[in-house]
Amino acid sequence: MFTELQEANFLVPTSYYVILSAVLFTIGVAGVLIRRNAILIFMSIELMLNAANLAFVAFARAFQDLSGQVFVFFVMTVAASEVAVGLALIVAIFRSRKSIDIDELHSMEG
Amino acid sequence: MLTESVPLMQAVVPVLPEMGLLLLLILVLMHGVFSPKESRRTVCVITGVGFFTLMVIHLSVGFNFVGDPDFSGSGLGDIVRVDAFAVMFRAMILLAAALTCLMSGESRAINRRVEFYVALIVAALGMCLMVAANDLILVYVALETASVSLYIMAGFQRDSKLSSEAGLKYYLFGAVTSAILLYGLSLIFGFTGETNFSRLGPALSALTANGSEGVFALVVALLLVLVGLGFKVAVVPFHFWTPDVYEGSPTPSVAFISTASKAASFGLLVRFFSIVWPAEMIPYWAGLLAALAAITMTLGNMLALVQKNIKRMLGYSSIAQAGYALIGVVALSDTELGAAAVAFYMAMYVLTNLAAFAVISAVEWNTGSVQIADYAGLSRRSFPLAIVMVVAMLSLGGVPPAAGFFGKFFLFSAAVDAGYTWLAIIGVVNAIIALFYYLTVIKVMFVGKAEDESRYTIRPRLAVVLWVTGVGILLMGTLASPWWRWAVEASQQLTVMLP
Repeated sequence: MFTELQEANFLVPTSYYVILSAVLFTIGVAGVLIRRNAILIFMSIELMLNAANLAFVAFARAFQDLSGQVFVFFVMTVAASEVAVGLALIVAIFRSRKSIDIDELHSMEG
Repeated sequence: MLTESVPLMQAVVPVLPEMGLLLLLILVLMHGVFSPKESRRTVCVITGVGFFTLMVIHLSVGFNFVGDPDFSGSGLGDIVRVDAFAVMFRAMILLAAALTCLMSGESRAINRRVEFYVALIVAALGMCLMVAANDLILVYVALETASVSLYIMAGFQRDSKLSSEAGLKYYLFGAVTSAILLYGLSLIFGFTGETNFSRLGPALSALTANGSEGVFALVVALLLVLVGLGFKVAVVPFHFWTPDVYEGSPTPSVAFISTASKAASFGLLVRFFSIVWPAEMIPYWAGLLAALAAITMTLGNMLALVQKNIKRMLGYSSIAQAGYALIGVVALSDTELGAAAVAFYMAMYVLTNLAAFAVISAVEWNTGSVQIADYAGLSRRSFPLAIVMVVAMLSLGGVPPAAGFFGKFFLFSAAVDAGYTWLAIIGVVNAIIALFYYLTVIKVMFVGKAEDESRYTIRPRLAVVLWVTGVGILLMGTLASPWWRWAVEASQQLTVMLP
């Protein structure tokens, strides 16, 4: 589709994508550590997963290898099922406590 | 005809238990939908017998095929590799699942609720794939299949505050650590462009040959991967979920999480560290794991000493046990006996913890209590229960004639062989400290006096679990050599199976 020159102009180096994914991943980790609302923690976890997805896709392009892309499809499927279970657990918690603040989860200690 | 049947067997045998589990899953789902409510009480027996049958088929087929030079063991397009090591761990997982089913049938929280058994089957399916995984994609997918089902099992008692809290805590820790693991896998893929284990090893070696930069990048990936696997086996500092999940979740769920999940994760850990990481990385991961093992054993045992709730105590005890088993993974850096020691230790640990949780289930059925103080006078209220508990506690503590003695012996001798004598000494000191809280339970059962010393009833299905585990522990402890030889052969195949 592109000539070699055009391709060289359009091509963003892989390292840019990897740096972006590292930044997204760090934001996700920070969100998990700082936020106290279970739903917001879920969103931060999603951010971490998608940071990994971005890295996979970028590497897959760099290697011209499809297995990285396949990995991303599996990760998205897994993430969806994981969120379904997580939200169910949050609903169960909310019914018994009327709160989803994870700092209030301390019925067991020692 | 004969020439055609060979490729078919080659394709089917590596995933035989998984196919069986899928059939069992459909059967149980149908049973739950179509059969009337009264007959649903049989679901635990159906699932349990299903698991047990699968284990027997798996073992007999496994013995026939694995080790045969014509049988490559690779399945599903080489994302699964079945060797004797995988066969051994799959058998442990299926046995643990079968016994958990029988325990669930005698648990008031679960009893005939079909959803629990569905989650159990899916979890077992994920674990069976985990121990035979030969590809990064399958590692992640299998790990998550097992984990997501375990979250459901942990939070199964929706109306109980403790259970839903345990489920959410397990979920939050699990989801975060698996996302970190995934990022580590993405880096490994990024360095090599490979996801298959057999091609990853050489590709990573080539990377480390480039000098310190390659090694540094791999150390980062190693740390990220270790977070995810460390969570699964409950290694300090990723152990925070353990005590709460053990205390809050229904007892059969805990029994399964503490045995099958730990065994499967150690199976994956051993395979990952023996096949994927190149020799240049050994000093890094072996040193790191040795430090983690020492800290994990010590912290787990110290915190277990002060517990009043027996499930919580076993939670901290399971952290300590993960620390011991980690010694075997460290020893793997120098001798394949390390892998054999881990396999033997996990087999004994699965039986022992199931025995302990079966006793806890039986006492819970009668009194509803899980406090150690309420075990007072157990020897007079039900002598068989007390005897099985004694066997389990001695086995966890590493006292002969229970299996735990040989388990620890093989681990520590593998560590000495590999040149980690200091780690073996820390292990022995820890085993002595741990005896204190294990023996406390025995003391309470035999010396303690309860106001009401009426007899306990032992439910028939629990009796089966108690018999199987109790006899199994003593058999492994007195006749250890056939099991040990099997484990050694399995660990030799772990490295031989490389292309």
